[in-house]
Amino acid sequence: MTMPEGDIVQFDNVGLRYGAGKEVLSDISFTLYPGSFYFLTGASGAGKTSLLKLLYLAQRPSRGAIRMFGTDVITLPRARLPAFRRRLGVVFQDFRLVQHLSAFDNVALPLRVSGVRESEIIRPVSEMLEWVGLADRADARPATLSGGEQQRVAIARAVIARPDMLVADEPTGNVDPELALKLLRLFEALNRLGTTVVVATHDLHLLKNVRESLIMRLDKGRLSDPTGALRYPPRRPFSRMEEERQ
Amino acid sequence: MSWLRMERKAQLVPQARLAGPMPWVIAIMVALTTIAAAGGLALNNLAQAARAELSGGLTVQIVEAEPAERERQAELALSLLANVTGVETAQRVADSELRELVEPWLGEDIGTAQDVVPVPALIDVRLSGPVTPEKLRDIRALLKARVPAAQVDAQSSWLAPVFSAISSLKWLAAGLVILLGATSAAAVWLAARSALGTNRATIEIVHLLGGSDGQIARIFQRSVGIDALLGGVAGALLGAGAVLLLGRQFAALGSGMVAGGGLGWADWLAIAGIPFAGVLIAMFTARLTVLAALRKML
Ligand SMILES: Nc1ncnc2c1ncn2[C@@H]1O[C@H](COP(=O)(O)OP(=O)(O)O)[C@@H](O)[C@H]1O
Ligand SMILES: [Mg+2]
Repeated sequence: MTMPEGDIVQFDNVGLRYGAGKEVLSDISFTLYPGSFYFLTGASGAGKTSLLKLLYLAQRPSRGAIRMFGTDVITLPRARLPAFRRRLGVVFQDFRLVQHLSAFDNVALPLRVSGVRESEIIRPVSEMLEWVGLADRADARPATLSGGEQQRVAIARAVIARPDMLVADEPTGNVDPELALKLLRLFEALNRLGTTVVVATHDLHLLKNVRESLIMRLDKGRLSDPTGALRYPPRRPFSRMEEERQ
Repeated sequence: MSWLRMERKAQLVPQARLAGPMPWVIAIMVALTTIAAAGGLALNNLAQAARAELSGGLTVQIVEAEPAERERQAELALSLLANVTGVETAQRVADSELRELVEPWLGEDIGTAQDVVPVPALIDVRLSGPVTPEKLRDIRALLKARVPAAQVDAQSSWLAPVFSAISSLKWLAAGLVILLGATSAAAVWLAARSALGTNRATIEIVHLLGGSDGQIARIFQRSVGIDALLGGVAGALLGAGAVLLLGRQFAALGSGMVAGGGLGWADWLAIAGIPFAGVLIAMFTARLTVLAALRKML
């Protein structure tokens, strides 16, 4: 396996506090490489969502440096951030669907924001809805969808524009194990097309189901990384890492 | 099919049209502003017309009961006035016109009543400059010796209080227009903020999906603009209706002075601009409000 050139994300000594509270993230340093599949694990409250917020540019760190796609995004002028956000696909923990838009229009939103012509929207969006099993719910508003259905709309919206990096916060929290696996396969398929995937989950069961994945573990706001290996993660299948530990 | 989808794209930010306060706020403000502006413009026209007509004017009355003598003195006064420097024109007001003027008071059979109720001869004098007390005194002195029946009055002197009243009303109307404009802007600003509050989640989502500030502001601006346009047109129709009604009532008075206060096409054009100004203010405040909210997000 060849190591891809360069990196897609680099955190250097990043810390985050909300307001005047204590740091919820401390001394976070890691590098993500293009085309890799990462799991971010940790107990509830460990800071997974906070770390992802930094990743999808919804939050500024209190300290440290963050580079994305080779650019320092901390000092970047506000006006240039949208272009970076468009290269990301995000599955929010609370979905964040636009309540007055149909499932179809929610999924189409990233394409429309990017200025894709209407004639080139209907087909991919319909296909994506079919893929997540919601073809017959295309005109439904989020409020009339079940939690699992909303989650699938959120995932479809995150992947529709073929992002360079997919960031998913507990994306399988509201679906049954069977569908969880199917969605994971969607992420894998996207990953094989070159998308870097970062999935936050406290469901350790998921980890075993993606063979070539790397794991970052958060513990009380710190990456538990005694060996320092995660600072420059080795491209090794998770399964083999597990074997070595045993 | 695709234009249907396009239609829905315009609804990125929901607006319960005509349900929110925006159209009503705008409609009321535009109606009031229209009425105040029309009033101000009409008063302005009235003052200008009257001033132009009267400021350089003198009236010479020959108050003489004997018709032949009255006629003689009037002719004499005319010829004397023609040689005074500063007098541009001196014209006898035609008897027919005079009869029309006094008809409302004396009745239609003035022609036969002329011998019974003597009507003075009137000479309308126009000066090249304004009527000063010195000019008035000179002309009075000139006429006094040879035209004993002459009474000289500056036209503006007896109208001066009316002028100042009209002028005050005009400024009052201008003040009202400014106050209403400021109030409209404030009301629209509040309405835009409340609309922003209910759409905050949507704005945040579009922002996180990579929507630029301009894109998000445009979506929002358009919704507010459509609401404001609905309200603006309704308000303008209401205001224009009221103005036309008032205008007709004033016209019915048939007074020559009020006739000078009509609205010209330029005035109507200015009044037609009011709802569009309202829409622009609404869209501008909406834009500023959204941009301010977005600037607080990363
Ligand atoms: N917006 C916020 N304001 C203040 N504290 C927050 C906020 N979001 C999260 N936190 C705190 O940060 C810590 C980490 O939260 P979070 O990142 O959501 O963890 P996880 O996703 O792993 O459950 C928690 O203690 C939480 O209470
Ligand atoms: Mg979380």
